[in-house]
Amino acid sequence: MAEFLQFLFSGLTVGAIYALIALGFSLIYNASHLINFAQGEFVMIGGMATVFLAAAGIELPLAALLAVLLAVAVAIAIERLGIAPAKGASVVGLIIVTIGASILIRGLAGIVWDRNFHSLPAISGEEPLVVMGATLLPQSLWIFGVTGLTALLLWFFFAKTLWGKAMMAAAYNPLAAQLVGIDTRRVVLVSFALAGALGALAGVLITPLAPTHFQVGVMLGLKGFAAAIVGGLGSGLGAIVGGLVIGIAEAMAAGYLASAYKDAVAFVIILLFLVLWPSGLFGLRGIERV
Amino acid sequence: MLLEITGLCSHYGRIRALDGVDLSVGDSELVAIVGANGAGKTTLLRTISGVQPASDGSIRFRGADITRTPPAKRVRLGIAQVPEGRQMFAPMSVEDNLILGGFTRPRHEIDSSLETVYGLFPRLKERRRQPAGTLSGGEQQMLAIARALMAKPDLLLMDEPSMGLAPRIVERIFDTIRELRSTGVTMLLVEQNAFAALSVADRGYVLESGRIVLAGRAAELLADDRVKAAYLGL
Repeated sequence: MAEFLQFLFSGLTVGAIYALIALGFSLIYNASHLINFAQGEFVMIGGMATVFLAAAGIELPLAALLAVLLAVAVAIAIERLGIAPAKGASVVGLIIVTIGASILIRGLAGIVWDRNFHSLPAISGEEPLVVMGATLLPQSLWIFGVTGLTALLLWFFFAKTLWGKAMMAAAYNPLAAQLVGIDTRRVVLVSFALAGALGALAGVLITPLAPTHFQVGVMLGLKGFAAAIVGGLGSGLGAIVGGLVIGIAEAMAAGYLASAYKDAVAFVIILLFLVLWPSGLFGLRGIERV
Repeated sequence: MLLEITGLCSHYGRIRALDGVDLSVGDSELVAIVGANGAGKTTLLRTISGVQPASDGSIRFRGADITRTPPAKRVRLGIAQVPEGRQMFAPMSVEDNLILGGFTRPRHEIDSSLETVYGLFPRLKERRRQPAGTLSGGEQQMLAIARALMAKPDLLLMDEPSMGLAPRIVERIFDTIRELRSTGVTMLLVEQNAFAALSVADRGYVLESGRIVLAGRAAELLADDRVKAAYLGL
Protein backbone atom coordinates (compact mmCIF):
# COMPACT_ATOMS: atom_id res chain seq x y z
CA MET A 1 0.00 0.00 0.00
CA ALA A 2 2.76 2.42 0.99
CA GLU A 3 4.55 1.52 -2.22
CA PHE A 4 1.45 2.12 -4.33
CA LEU A 5 0.85 5.43 -2.59
CA GLN A 6 4.45 6.41 -3.21
CA PHE A 7 4.06 5.78 -6.94
CA LEU A 8 0.74 7.60 -6.93
CA PHE A 9 2.23 10.73 -5.33
CA SER A 10 5.03 10.76 -7.83
CA GLY A 11 2.56 10.22 -10.71
CA LEU A 12 0.25 12.98 -9.54
CA THR A 13 3.17 15.39 -9.19
CA VAL A 14 4.53 14.89 -12.66
CA GLY A 15 0.96 14.55 -13.97
CA ALA A 16 0.07 18.01 -12.71
CA ILE A 17 3.08 19.36 -14.61
CA TYR A 18 1.94 17.56 -17.78
CA ALA A 19 -1.51 19.04 -17.20
CA LEU A 20 -0.13 22.60 -17.25
CA ILE A 21 1.72 21.85 -20.48
CA ALA A 22 -1.37 20.19 -21.99
CA LEU A 23 -3.48 23.24 -21.13
CA GLY A 24 -1.12 25.28 -23.32
CA PHE A 25 -1.59 22.86 -26.21
CA SER A 26 -5.36 23.04 -25.84
CA LEU A 27 -5.48 26.83 -25.65
CA ILE A 28 -3.58 27.26 -28.89
CA TYR A 29 -5.45 24.43 -30.55
CA ASN A 30 -8.77 26.08 -29.72
CA ALA A 31 -7.71 29.45 -31.06
CA SER A 32 -6.05 28.29 -34.26
CA HIS A 33 -6.51 24.53 -34.67
CA LEU A 34 -2.78 24.05 -34.72
CA ILE A 35 -0.52 22.00 -32.49
CA ASN A 36 2.23 24.20 -31.11
CA PHE A 37 5.28 21.95 -30.94
CA ALA A 38 7.26 24.76 -29.32
CA GLN A 39 5.15 24.29 -26.17
CA GLY A 40 7.91 22.23 -24.49
CA GLU A 41 10.41 25.03 -25.07
CA PHE A 42 8.31 27.34 -22.87
CA VAL A 43 8.82 24.79 -20.07
CA MET A 44 12.56 24.77 -20.71
CA ILE A 45 12.68 28.58 -20.75
CA GLY A 46 10.80 28.68 -17.43
CA GLY A 47 13.38 26.45 -15.75
CA MET A 48 16.57 27.64 -17.46
CA ALA A 49 15.81 31.37 -17.27
CA THR A 50 14.98 31.10 -13.57
CA VAL A 51 18.25 29.25 -12.94
CA PHE A 52 20.36 31.82 -14.79
CA LEU A 53 18.54 34.87 -13.45
CA ALA A 54 18.90 33.50 -9.91
CA ALA A 55 22.59 32.85 -10.59
CA ALA A 56 22.88 36.50 -11.62
CA GLY A 57 21.77 37.45 -8.13
CA ILE A 58 18.07 38.07 -8.63
CA GLU A 59 15.75 36.91 -5.84
CA LEU A 60 14.19 33.57 -6.70
CA PRO A 61 10.51 34.64 -6.83
CA LEU A 62 11.38 37.60 -9.05
CA ALA A 63 13.60 35.42 -11.23
CA ALA A 64 10.72 32.97 -11.69
CA LEU A 65 8.35 35.80 -12.60
CA LEU A 66 10.82 37.21 -15.13
CA ALA A 67 11.31 33.72 -16.59
CA VAL A 68 7.55 33.39 -17.09
CA LEU A 69 7.46 36.82 -18.74
CA LEU A 70 10.35 35.81 -21.00
CA ALA A 71 8.43 32.73 -22.13
CA VAL A 72 5.37 34.90 -22.79
CA ALA A 73 7.52 37.23 -24.89
CA VAL A 74 8.94 34.27 -26.85
CA ALA A 75 5.42 32.88 -27.38
CA ILE A 76 4.23 36.26 -28.66
CA ALA A 77 7.25 36.44 -30.96
CA ILE A 78 6.46 33.00 -32.41
CA GLU A 79 2.90 34.11 -33.14
CA ARG A 80 3.80 37.54 -34.53
CA LEU A 81 6.82 36.44 -36.59
CA GLY A 82 5.91 32.87 -37.50
CA ILE A 83 2.16 32.35 -37.44
CA ALA A 84 0.47 35.70 -38.17
CA PRO A 85 2.45 36.53 -41.35
CA ALA A 86 1.69 33.06 -42.76
CA LYS A 87 -2.07 33.57 -42.79
CA GLY A 88 -3.68 31.47 -45.44
CA ALA A 89 -1.07 28.73 -44.91
CA SER A 90 -2.33 25.23 -44.15
CA VAL A 91 -2.48 24.01 -40.57
CA VAL A 92 0.28 21.49 -41.34
CA GLY A 93 2.46 24.31 -42.66
CA LEU A 94 1.92 26.28 -39.47
CA ILE A 95 2.69 23.24 -37.32
CA ILE A 96 6.00 22.94 -39.17
CA VAL A 97 6.62 26.61 -38.33
CA THR A 98 6.23 25.75 -34.63
CA ILE A 99 8.63 22.81 -35.00
CA GLY A 100 11.15 25.17 -36.61
CA ALA A 101 10.64 27.67 -33.80
CA SER A 102 11.27 24.98 -31.19
CA ILE A 103 14.55 23.94 -32.83
CA LEU A 104 15.62 27.57 -33.00
CA ILE A 105 14.74 28.26 -29.35
CA ARG A 106 16.53 25.11 -28.19
CA GLY A 107 19.63 26.03 -30.18
CA LEU A 108 19.65 29.57 -28.82
CA ALA A 109 19.19 28.30 -25.26
CA GLY A 110 22.18 25.99 -25.69
CA ILE A 111 24.30 28.92 -26.84
CA VAL A 112 23.00 31.79 -24.66
CA TRP A 113 22.84 29.68 -21.49
CA ASP A 114 24.73 26.38 -21.46
CA ARG A 115 24.42 22.67 -22.03
CA ASN A 116 24.60 21.51 -18.41
CA PHE A 117 21.94 20.26 -16.05
CA HIS A 118 20.72 22.73 -13.44
CA SER A 119 18.41 22.55 -10.48
CA LEU A 120 16.57 25.01 -8.27
CA PRO A 121 15.96 24.87 -4.52
CA ALA A 122 12.50 23.60 -3.60
CA ILE A 123 10.07 26.34 -2.56
CA SER A 124 9.46 25.05 0.99
CA GLY A 125 12.53 22.94 1.58
CA GLU A 126 13.09 19.24 1.03
CA GLU A 127 11.82 17.80 4.32
CA PRO A 128 9.31 15.15 3.18
CA LEU A 129 5.97 14.58 4.82
CA VAL A 130 5.06 10.99 5.62
CA VAL A 131 1.54 10.00 4.58
CA MET A 132 0.52 6.41 5.42
CA GLY A 133 4.07 5.20 5.00
CA ALA A 134 4.71 7.04 1.75
CA THR A 135 6.70 10.23 1.49
CA LEU A 136 5.39 13.38 -0.09
CA LEU A 137 7.68 16.28 -0.88
CA PRO A 138 6.49 19.81 -0.03
CA GLN A 139 7.29 20.74 -3.64
CA SER A 140 4.60 18.28 -4.76
CA LEU A 141 2.08 20.14 -2.63
CA TRP A 142 3.15 23.38 -4.27
CA ILE A 143 2.71 21.80 -7.68
CA PHE A 144 -0.79 20.50 -6.80
CA GLY A 145 -1.76 23.87 -5.37
CA VAL A 146 -0.45 26.01 -8.20
CA THR A 147 -1.85 23.71 -10.90
CA GLY A 148 -5.23 23.59 -9.16
CA LEU A 149 -5.34 27.35 -8.74
CA THR A 150 -4.29 27.91 -12.35
CA ALA A 151 -6.99 25.55 -13.58
CA LEU A 152 -9.56 27.39 -11.47
CA LEU A 153 -8.47 30.78 -12.79
CA LEU A 154 -8.60 29.54 -16.36
CA TRP A 155 -12.05 28.08 -15.80
CA PHE A 156 -13.24 31.37 -14.37
CA PHE A 157 -11.74 33.31 -17.27
CA PHE A 158 -13.30 31.15 -20.00
CA ALA A 159 -16.68 30.52 -18.35
CA LYS A 160 -17.36 33.84 -16.70
CA THR A 161 -15.62 36.73 -18.42
CA LEU A 162 -16.59 38.34 -21.71
CA TRP A 163 -13.08 38.04 -23.12
CA GLY A 164 -12.90 34.38 -22.14
CA LYS A 165 -16.25 33.68 -23.76
CA ALA A 166 -15.11 35.55 -26.86
CA MET A 167 -12.06 33.29 -27.06
CA MET A 168 -14.25 30.19 -26.78
CA ALA A 169 -16.59 31.63 -29.41
CA ALA A 170 -13.65 32.10 -31.78
CA ALA A 171 -12.79 28.43 -31.21
CA TYR A 172 -16.32 27.20 -31.86
CA ASN A 173 -17.04 29.37 -34.90
CA PRO A 174 -14.33 31.74 -36.16
CA LEU A 175 -16.56 33.22 -38.88
CA ALA A 176 -19.38 34.08 -36.49
CA ALA A 177 -16.82 35.42 -34.01
CA GLN A 178 -15.51 37.86 -36.61
CA LEU A 179 -19.06 38.87 -37.51
CA VAL A 180 -19.84 39.86 -33.92
CA GLY A 181 -16.68 41.96 -33.77
CA ILE A 182 -14.18 39.61 -32.12
CA ASP A 183 -10.67 40.13 -33.47
CA THR A 184 -9.76 36.48 -34.06
CA ARG A 185 -6.10 37.28 -34.72
CA ARG A 186 -5.84 38.82 -31.28
CA VAL A 187 -7.46 35.69 -29.84
CA VAL A 188 -4.63 33.62 -31.32
CA LEU A 189 -2.05 36.02 -29.90
CA VAL A 190 -3.55 35.91 -26.42
CA SER A 191 -3.67 32.10 -26.58
CA PHE A 192 0.02 31.94 -27.40
CA ALA A 193 0.84 34.33 -24.54
CA LEU A 194 -1.21 32.27 -22.07
CA ALA A 195 0.32 29.01 -23.32
CA GLY A 196 3.80 30.51 -22.87
CA ALA A 197 2.99 31.47 -19.29
CA LEU A 198 1.55 28.03 -18.47
CA GLY A 199 4.54 26.21 -19.94
CA ALA A 200 7.06 28.39 -18.10
CA LEU A 201 5.14 27.97 -14.85
CA ALA A 202 5.41 24.19 -15.28
CA GLY A 203 9.16 24.61 -15.87
CA VAL A 204 9.67 26.70 -12.74
CA LEU A 205 7.74 24.20 -10.60
CA ILE A 206 9.35 20.99 -11.85
CA THR A 207 12.99 22.09 -11.90
CA PRO A 208 13.55 21.47 -8.13
CA LEU A 209 12.44 17.84 -8.68
CA ALA A 210 13.80 17.12 -12.17
CA PRO A 211 16.89 19.07 -13.27
CA THR A 212 16.50 21.32 -16.28
CA HIS A 213 18.65 21.36 -19.39
CA PHE A 214 18.39 23.13 -22.75
CA GLN A 215 16.78 20.01 -24.24
CA VAL A 216 14.21 19.10 -21.56
CA GLY A 217 11.50 20.77 -23.60
CA VAL A 218 11.41 17.99 -26.16
CA MET A 219 10.28 15.22 -23.85
CA LEU A 220 8.13 17.41 -21.59
CA GLY A 221 6.42 18.88 -24.64
CA LEU A 222 5.65 15.45 -26.03
CA LYS A 223 4.28 14.27 -22.67
CA GLY A 224 2.08 17.34 -22.48
CA PHE A 225 0.90 16.68 -26.02
CA ALA A 226 0.08 13.07 -25.09
CA ALA A 227 -1.89 14.40 -22.12
CA ALA A 228 -3.82 16.80 -24.34
CA ILE A 229 -4.69 13.99 -26.77
CA VAL A 230 -5.82 11.65 -23.99
CA GLY A 231 -8.01 14.36 -22.46
CA GLY A 232 -9.28 15.56 -25.83
CA LEU A 233 -7.55 18.44 -27.58
CA GLY A 234 -9.21 21.72 -26.76
CA SER A 235 -10.77 20.60 -23.49
CA GLY A 236 -9.47 22.26 -20.32
CA LEU A 237 -10.80 19.54 -18.03
CA GLY A 238 -9.42 16.98 -20.48
CA ALA A 239 -5.95 18.50 -20.27
CA ILE A 240 -5.95 18.16 -16.48
CA VAL A 241 -7.29 14.61 -16.44
CA GLY A 242 -5.07 13.62 -19.37
CA GLY A 243 -2.00 14.98 -17.58
CA LEU A 244 -2.79 13.05 -14.43
CA VAL A 245 -3.52 9.85 -16.39
CA ILE A 246 -0.19 10.03 -18.21
CA GLY A 247 1.69 10.96 -15.03
CA ILE A 248 0.18 8.14 -12.97
CA ALA A 249 0.58 5.57 -15.76
CA GLU A 250 4.24 6.53 -16.08
CA ALA A 251 4.91 6.34 -12.37
CA MET A 252 3.19 2.95 -12.07
CA ALA A 253 5.09 1.56 -15.05
CA ALA A 254 8.36 2.85 -13.65
CA GLY A 255 7.58 1.44 -10.23
CA TYR A 256 6.08 -1.95 -11.01
CA LEU A 257 7.71 -2.76 -14.38
CA ALA A 258 11.02 -1.05 -14.99
CA SER A 259 11.96 2.60 -15.01
CA ALA A 260 13.46 2.12 -18.47
CA TYR A 261 9.90 1.83 -19.82
CA LYS A 262 8.78 5.07 -18.20
CA ASP A 263 9.00 7.28 -21.29
CA ALA A 264 7.49 4.62 -23.54
CA VAL A 265 4.24 4.62 -21.55
CA ALA A 266 3.11 8.04 -22.75
CA PHE A 267 3.74 7.11 -26.36
CA VAL A 268 1.92 3.78 -26.12
CA ILE A 269 -1.05 5.58 -24.58
CA ILE A 270 -1.02 8.31 -27.22
CA LEU A 271 -0.96 5.71 -30.01
CA LEU A 272 -3.83 3.79 -28.45
CA PHE A 273 -5.90 6.93 -28.14
CA LEU A 274 -5.15 8.17 -31.63
CA VAL A 275 -6.25 4.85 -33.08
CA LEU A 276 -9.15 3.92 -30.83
CA TRP A 277 -10.45 7.16 -29.38
CA PRO A 278 -9.11 10.14 -31.30
CA SER A 279 -11.47 12.67 -29.73
CA GLY A 280 -10.09 11.82 -26.28
CA LEU A 281 -11.89 11.57 -22.94
CA PHE A 282 -13.46 15.04 -23.02
CA GLY A 283 -13.03 16.01 -26.66
CA LEU A 284 -15.72 18.01 -28.38
CA ARG A 285 -18.15 15.60 -29.88
CA GLY A 286 -20.46 18.37 -30.89
CA ILE A 287 -24.06 18.82 -29.85
CA GLU A 288 -25.09 20.67 -32.95
CA ARG A 289 -28.42 19.78 -34.45
CA VAL A 290 -28.44 20.24 -38.19
CA MET B 1 -26.14 57.26 -48.39
CA LEU B 2 -25.39 54.92 -45.51
CA LEU B 3 -23.65 52.32 -47.66
CA GLU B 4 -22.19 53.02 -51.05
CA ILE B 5 -20.48 50.33 -53.10
CA THR B 6 -18.81 51.04 -56.41
CA GLY B 7 -17.13 48.67 -58.84
CA LEU B 8 -16.70 46.00 -56.18
CA CYS B 9 -14.82 42.85 -57.26
CA SER B 10 -13.92 39.80 -55.24
CA HIS B 11 -12.17 36.56 -56.11
CA TYR B 12 -11.93 33.05 -54.73
CA GLY B 13 -8.52 32.13 -56.03
CA ARG B 14 -8.80 32.85 -59.74
CA ILE B 15 -12.57 32.61 -59.80
CA ARG B 16 -14.26 36.00 -59.95
CA ALA B 17 -17.28 35.97 -57.65
CA LEU B 18 -18.09 39.68 -57.80
CA ASP B 19 -17.54 41.57 -61.02
CA GLY B 20 -17.95 45.31 -60.55
CA VAL B 21 -20.96 45.60 -58.27
CA ASP B 22 -22.51 49.08 -57.75
CA LEU B 23 -25.04 49.32 -54.98
CA SER B 24 -26.26 51.71 -52.32
CA VAL B 25 -28.39 51.59 -49.20
CA GLY B 26 -29.93 54.70 -47.66
CA ASP B 27 -30.84 55.30 -44.02
CA SER B 28 -33.87 53.28 -42.85
CA GLU B 29 -34.14 51.55 -46.22
CA LEU B 30 -34.77 47.86 -46.71
CA VAL B 31 -32.91 46.77 -49.82
CA ALA B 32 -33.19 43.23 -51.20
CA ILE B 33 -30.66 41.44 -53.37
CA VAL B 34 -32.12 38.53 -55.27
CA GLY B 35 -30.47 36.09 -57.59
CA ALA B 36 -29.89 32.44 -58.24
CA ASN B 37 -27.61 30.14 -56.29
CA GLY B 38 -23.98 31.04 -57.00
CA ALA B 39 -24.76 34.54 -58.28
CA GLY B 40 -22.47 36.04 -55.65
CA LYS B 41 -25.03 37.18 -53.07
CA THR B 42 -23.26 35.65 -50.10
CA THR B 43 -19.87 36.82 -51.37
CA LEU B 44 -21.23 40.35 -51.56
CA LEU B 45 -22.31 40.32 -47.91
CA ARG B 46 -19.05 38.65 -46.86
CA THR B 47 -17.12 41.39 -48.64
CA ILE B 48 -19.20 44.12 -46.99
CA SER B 49 -18.48 42.55 -43.59
CA GLY B 50 -14.81 42.21 -44.47
CA VAL B 51 -14.45 38.46 -43.98
CA GLN B 52 -13.83 38.17 -47.73
CA PRO B 53 -11.29 40.57 -49.27
CA ALA B 54 -12.26 42.95 -52.06
CA SER B 55 -9.92 42.72 -55.04
CA ASP B 56 -11.11 45.96 -56.62
CA GLY B 57 -13.65 48.73 -56.11
CA SER B 58 -14.66 50.46 -52.92
CA ILE B 59 -17.07 50.20 -50.01
CA ARG B 60 -18.02 53.42 -48.24
CA PHE B 61 -19.96 53.49 -45.01
CA ARG B 62 -21.28 56.87 -43.86
CA GLY B 63 -18.93 58.38 -46.42
CA ALA B 64 -15.78 56.74 -45.00
CA ASP B 65 -13.85 54.21 -47.06
CA ILE B 66 -13.92 50.82 -45.27
CA THR B 67 -12.74 48.64 -48.17
CA ARG B 68 -9.64 47.52 -46.23
CA THR B 69 -11.01 47.82 -42.69
CA PRO B 70 -10.73 44.58 -40.65
CA PRO B 71 -14.06 42.79 -39.97
CA ALA B 72 -14.11 43.41 -36.20
CA LYS B 73 -13.70 47.13 -36.78
CA ARG B 74 -16.61 47.18 -39.22
CA VAL B 75 -18.88 45.77 -36.51
CA ARG B 76 -17.79 48.62 -34.26
CA LEU B 77 -18.63 51.07 -37.05
CA GLY B 78 -22.16 49.67 -37.11
CA ILE B 79 -22.34 46.84 -39.64
CA ALA B 80 -23.69 43.53 -38.31
CA GLN B 81 -24.48 40.40 -40.26
CA VAL B 82 -26.88 37.49 -39.87
CA PRO B 83 -24.76 34.95 -41.73
CA GLU B 84 -25.93 32.20 -44.03
CA GLY B 85 -26.48 28.95 -42.19
CA ARG B 86 -26.97 30.83 -38.89
CA GLN B 87 -23.46 30.11 -37.56
CA MET B 88 -24.23 29.59 -33.90
CA PHE B 89 -21.68 29.26 -31.12
CA ALA B 90 -23.34 25.87 -30.79
CA PRO B 91 -22.11 24.58 -27.41
CA MET B 92 -22.68 27.94 -25.72
CA SER B 93 -25.95 29.00 -24.15
CA VAL B 94 -28.46 31.12 -26.03
CA GLU B 95 -27.75 33.97 -23.64
CA ASP B 96 -23.98 33.72 -24.14
CA ASN B 97 -24.53 33.85 -27.91
CA LEU B 98 -26.52 37.04 -27.41
CA ILE B 99 -24.01 38.59 -25.01
CA LEU B 100 -21.28 37.90 -27.55
CA GLY B 101 -23.44 39.60 -30.15
CA GLY B 102 -22.99 42.70 -28.01
CA PHE B 103 -19.22 42.17 -27.76
CA THR B 104 -18.48 45.59 -29.26
CA ARG B 105 -20.94 47.43 -27.02
CA PRO B 106 -20.28 49.06 -23.64
CA ARG B 107 -20.95 46.57 -20.83
CA HIS B 108 -23.66 48.61 -19.13
CA GLU B 109 -25.81 48.61 -22.26
CA ILE B 110 -25.84 44.83 -22.69
CA ASP B 111 -28.56 44.10 -20.13
CA SER B 112 -31.08 46.53 -21.61
CA SER B 113 -30.33 45.23 -25.11
CA LEU B 114 -30.91 41.67 -23.89
CA GLU B 115 -34.32 42.71 -22.60
CA THR B 116 -35.08 44.34 -25.95
CA VAL B 117 -34.26 41.25 -28.02
CA TYR B 118 -36.02 38.97 -25.52
CA GLY B 119 -39.06 41.20 -26.01
CA LEU B 120 -38.78 40.65 -29.74
CA PHE B 121 -38.16 36.89 -29.40
CA PRO B 122 -39.80 35.61 -26.19
CA ARG B 123 -38.93 32.07 -27.21
CA LEU B 124 -35.23 32.83 -26.82
CA LYS B 125 -35.81 34.03 -23.28
CA GLU B 126 -37.47 30.73 -22.40
CA ARG B 127 -34.48 28.88 -23.78
CA ARG B 128 -31.75 31.21 -22.67
CA ARG B 129 -29.83 28.60 -20.63
CA GLN B 130 -29.96 25.98 -23.39
CA PRO B 131 -26.99 25.37 -25.72
CA ALA B 132 -27.66 27.18 -28.98
CA GLY B 133 -26.92 24.01 -30.96
CA THR B 134 -29.95 22.26 -29.47
CA LEU B 135 -32.47 24.83 -30.77
CA SER B 136 -34.64 24.07 -33.78
CA GLY B 137 -33.70 25.58 -37.14
CA GLY B 138 -36.27 28.36 -36.82
CA GLU B 139 -35.19 29.20 -33.28
CA GLN B 140 -31.55 29.26 -34.40
CA GLN B 141 -32.47 31.73 -37.13
CA MET B 142 -34.23 33.92 -34.55
CA LEU B 143 -31.11 33.70 -32.39
CA ALA B 144 -28.87 34.63 -35.33
CA ILE B 145 -31.00 37.72 -35.96
CA ALA B 146 -31.17 38.58 -32.26
CA ARG B 147 -27.40 38.16 -31.91
CA ALA B 148 -26.79 40.60 -34.76
CA LEU B 149 -29.27 43.07 -33.22
CA MET B 150 -27.30 42.96 -29.95
CA ALA B 151 -24.58 44.93 -31.78
CA LYS B 152 -27.19 47.69 -32.28
CA PRO B 153 -26.17 47.99 -35.93
CA ASP B 154 -26.85 50.91 -38.20
CA LEU B 155 -26.85 48.46 -41.07
CA LEU B 156 -28.05 44.89 -40.72
CA LEU B 157 -26.94 42.44 -43.40
CA MET B 158 -29.11 39.34 -43.67
CA ASP B 159 -28.01 36.34 -45.66
CA GLU B 160 -30.77 33.92 -46.67
CA PRO B 161 -32.74 34.08 -43.42
CA SER B 162 -35.40 31.74 -44.85
CA MET B 163 -33.01 29.02 -45.97
CA GLY B 164 -33.95 25.51 -44.96
CA LEU B 165 -36.96 26.53 -42.89
CA ALA B 166 -40.56 25.35 -43.06
CA PRO B 167 -42.98 27.77 -44.80
CA ARG B 168 -44.71 28.68 -41.55
CA ILE B 169 -41.35 29.59 -39.96
CA VAL B 170 -40.31 31.53 -43.07
CA GLU B 171 -43.44 33.62 -42.64
CA ARG B 172 -42.51 34.38 -39.05
CA ILE B 173 -38.99 35.38 -40.09
CA PHE B 174 -40.42 37.81 -42.65
CA ASP B 175 -42.84 39.14 -40.01
CA THR B 176 -39.81 39.84 -37.88
CA ILE B 177 -38.09 41.61 -40.77
CA ARG B 178 -41.19 43.81 -41.25
CA GLU B 179 -41.23 44.53 -37.53
CA LEU B 180 -37.55 45.53 -37.57
CA ARG B 181 -38.17 47.70 -40.57
CA SER B 182 -40.95 49.54 -38.83
CA THR B 183 -38.56 50.36 -36.01
CA GLY B 184 -36.22 51.99 -38.52
CA VAL B 185 -33.47 49.35 -38.80
CA THR B 186 -31.65 49.68 -42.13
CA MET B 187 -31.33 46.28 -43.80
CA LEU B 188 -29.67 44.71 -46.78
CA LEU B 189 -31.42 41.42 -47.34
CA VAL B 190 -30.09 38.64 -49.55
CA GLU B 191 -32.61 36.01 -50.55
CA GLN B 192 -33.25 33.22 -52.99
CA ASN B 193 -36.89 33.57 -52.07
CA ALA B 194 -37.23 36.57 -54.44
CA PHE B 195 -40.95 37.06 -54.04
CA ALA B 196 -40.89 37.24 -50.26
CA ALA B 197 -37.80 39.47 -50.25
CA LEU B 198 -39.11 41.95 -52.82
CA SER B 199 -42.48 42.02 -51.07
CA VAL B 200 -40.98 43.49 -47.90
CA ALA B 201 -38.24 45.60 -49.54
CA ASP B 202 -38.20 49.25 -50.63
CA ARG B 203 -35.73 48.67 -53.41
CA GLY B 204 -34.12 45.67 -54.99
CA TYR B 205 -31.17 44.53 -57.06
CA VAL B 206 -30.92 41.44 -59.22
CA LEU B 207 -27.50 39.82 -59.11
CA GLU B 208 -26.36 37.45 -61.87
CA SER B 209 -22.85 35.95 -62.17
CA GLY B 210 -21.39 38.61 -59.90
CA ARG B 211 -23.00 41.57 -61.68
CA ILE B 212 -26.04 43.73 -60.97
CA VAL B 213 -28.30 43.19 -63.99
CA LEU B 214 -31.38 44.99 -62.75
CA ALA B 215 -32.11 47.56 -60.07
CA GLY B 216 -35.17 49.49 -59.04
CA ARG B 217 -38.13 49.92 -56.72
CA ALA B 218 -39.10 46.55 -55.29
CA ALA B 219 -42.63 46.86 -56.63
CA GLU B 220 -41.31 47.54 -60.14
CA LEU B 221 -39.02 44.51 -59.98
CA LEU B 222 -41.91 42.33 -58.84
CA ALA B 223 -43.79 43.44 -61.93
CA ASP B 224 -40.81 43.08 -64.29
CA ASP B 225 -41.27 40.32 -66.85
CA ARG B 226 -37.64 39.17 -66.73
CA VAL B 227 -37.71 38.95 -62.92
CA LYS B 228 -41.02 37.14 -63.06
CA ALA B 229 -39.66 34.61 -65.52
CA ALA B 230 -36.27 34.03 -63.89
CA TYR B 231 -36.93 34.32 -60.16
CA LEU B 232 -40.60 34.25 -59.35
CA GLY B 233 -41.44 31.16 -61.37
CA LEU B 234 -44.27 32.99 -63.10
